[in-house]
Amino acid sequence: MNFFQLPRNEYVTLGVFSLVVLTMPLWLQPLGAAYPGLMQQFAIFAIFAVGFNILFGLTGYLSFGHAAFLGVGSYTAVWSFKLLSMDVIPALIFAVLVAGIFALLIGYVSLRRSGIYFSILTLAFAQMSYNLAYSVLTPITNGETALQLAGSDPRVLDGLFASGTSSIISSPAILGSALGGIGGFYLCAVILLIVFFIAQKIFTSPFGMMLRAVKSNQTRLSYTGVNTRPYTLAAFVISGMYAGLAGGLLAVTDPLAGAERMQWTASGEVVLMTILGGVGTLIGPVVGAWLIKYMENIFSAYNERILQFYFDWMPDGVQDFAVTVTSKFVGEGWKLTEGLVFVLVVVFLPGGIMEGVRRIRSAVGNRRKNEEAPAKLSTSAAE
Amino acid sequence: MDAILAQLLNGLDKGGAYALIALGLTLVFGTLGVVNFAHGALFMLGAFCAVAFRALITMESVTIDETQLSPWGSPLEIREPLVETWFGDWGAVIVDYSVPLSIVLAIPVMLIIGIAMERGLIKHFYKRPHAEQILVTFGLAIVLQEVVKTFFGPNPWPQPIPSDFRGAADVGAFFGLQPYAVTYPLWRLVYLAFSLVVIGAVFAFLRFTTFGMVVRAGMADRETVGLLGVNIDRRFTIMFGIAAVVAGLAGVMYTPLLPPNYHLGMDFLVLSFVVVVVGGMGSLPGAVAAGFMLGILQSFASMTAIKAIIPGIDQIIVYAVAVIILLVRPRGLMGRRGVMEA
Repeated sequence: MNFFQLPRNEYVTLGVFSLVVLTMPLWLQPLGAAYPGLMQQFAIFAIFAVGFNILFGLTGYLSFGHAAFLGVGSYTAVWSFKLLSMDVIPALIFAVLVAGIFALLIGYVSLRRSGIYFSILTLAFAQMSYNLAYSVLTPITNGETALQLAGSDPRVLDGLFASGTSSIISSPAILGSALGGIGGFYLCAVILLIVFFIAQKIFTSPFGMMLRAVKSNQTRLSYTGVNTRPYTLAAFVISGMYAGLAGGLLAVTDPLAGAERMQWTASGEVVLMTILGGVGTLIGPVVGAWLIKYMENIFSAYNERILQFYFDWMPDGVQDFAVTVTSKFVGEGWKLTEGLVFVLVVVFLPGGIMEGVRRIRSAVGNRRKNEEAPAKLSTSAAE
Repeated sequence: MDAILAQLLNGLDKGGAYALIALGLTLVFGTLGVVNFAHGALFMLGAFCAVAFRALITMESVTIDETQLSPWGSPLEIREPLVETWFGDWGAVIVDYSVPLSIVLAIPVMLIIGIAMERGLIKHFYKRPHAEQILVTFGLAIVLQEVVKTFFGPNPWPQPIPSDFRGAADVGAFFGLQPYAVTYPLWRLVYLAFSLVVIGAVFAFLRFTTFGMVVRAGMADRETVGLLGVNIDRRFTIMFGIAAVVAGLAGVMYTPLLPPNYHLGMDFLVLSFVVVVVGGMGSLPGAVAAGFMLGILQSFASMTAIKAIIPGIDQIIVYAVAVIILLVRPRGLMGRRGVMEA
């Protein structure tokens, strides 16, 4: 069995997913979101959510402190830019490693408890990192000003190869070629595809099966003589590394690292993404991340003028009423919509959008014929 | 000595707020078994009851007096608060005491909000896992704070302290120190006393009334109480309302100390959860004790002498204590056996 082996339907998923991700600039055009900065965010937060899902979706451990790893990744990447080189590769490697070490330490302690206590422990650690980043660790994090590049940075590796240190702050580059907007997006997209493939490997591996066993009944698992701690810790570290990678990429696309990335509401956001899309599925968190980032960036820009345009076909009085009502939910009020959608999803569709899709598909399938029952059985066994 | 006394007082009044929020959280958890992440939002709603009350009573009637001119030449506008036209001198007193008086508004409003929340949303989540309860209440908290934001805007709303309580009390003299060695803002003392009264009232309610007795019985064994023919669900719903009132009152009286804005709840939520967990899930005395303890610890940790030894300790002390307690005492300080020990 070689490394690239996957069940056949997973290859299909991966293929379709790659197609969707790589053609993003095309199909986002009509949605008005096809500018590089936003697409980079789509890819980066998809990585974050996929990683979070490896922990929460497979083991059921709800971490409310994952933004800490994102922040650590960002800080590490910026420090790598400052001290070593403007090249992306060492920055990302260090971001992943340092976030992994952080996750190992925090996870080792937090995973001694489960359920709500685990959530509170991770929350406490994340808040500690956030508060420290703002206060005592200012020499490392630059506090409220956020860590940024400076002309006087040493950049040891760059200095070795280039003739003399340039005083100009250059932008991050990969193997010597600078990353433009769309280039930055493709870097993030390719990395997203790689880590998505790794997540698929984890989901289909015996290791992933063990993590699911932890979720369904940890007590029974320990009675059969399995020590679950190494498995959960591994899942925690892996998802911390995903978060670190996402943080590193955030720093790559915009070399600036601030502590607000570590605040617990940022951790709450990745929880929202994962639940909204569908926890425990591979595609779900990605969809959730895109939806929330789309709402945050596009939906929030809707103002009354645009709404007037959309509701132009209505009679005057009705139009004004419709505009006033909807304007509470878009623009500044987009978070209200986000919260409402989230509550509705948790109440009616605990499996998120992916469950909605599955329900629609099965409703359509049932109507067609009931001879597909054996086929469905085999797919549910594959799941 | 005087520095220690001052820090102790500081910690006590902050601890009062923590204890009140944690008490409400624990009431909800102990009765309904629901982990309520929207509790901070209830604190925030209470604070905005005070804001709304003040906005209501300071409504003015504007009459334009053509005979007089304002300093910049336009006809003089005479603004007269409606309360003052109706109640005369008492009107001024009412405006002055708007914050404590808004309790009158906050109690029914918070009771209704609490009961509506429980009946409308949370009752569907009793049988669901704790993670889903956290998620739905977290979503609800976002919705509540955004609703407040649409009505009150993103900026904080400072509320005045009633003029009689604006000064500082000479606490040092009371303890036999030099006069004015330790002075302390009067309103913070009021807040401390208020929180003690509310905590005492909740405990007395549970201890000395039949209703409270039934609720305590229900907390211990819900099924048996139900089998005895008591409608325990209805009482638990009312307890949720009471928990909302407690959080709301804590918010009302806190407004002069910290001008409320829409994300006030989220700021307090994390800390109050830490308090509940340290005190022990489901233990009311534990929540109160942990609230005061963490408040005091936090204020001692922010003393310059201590910060000189361990820099940054004031930022993390509460969380560090929570981590240690959770690892050393799985049930928290006073947690009951068998309640969420996982």
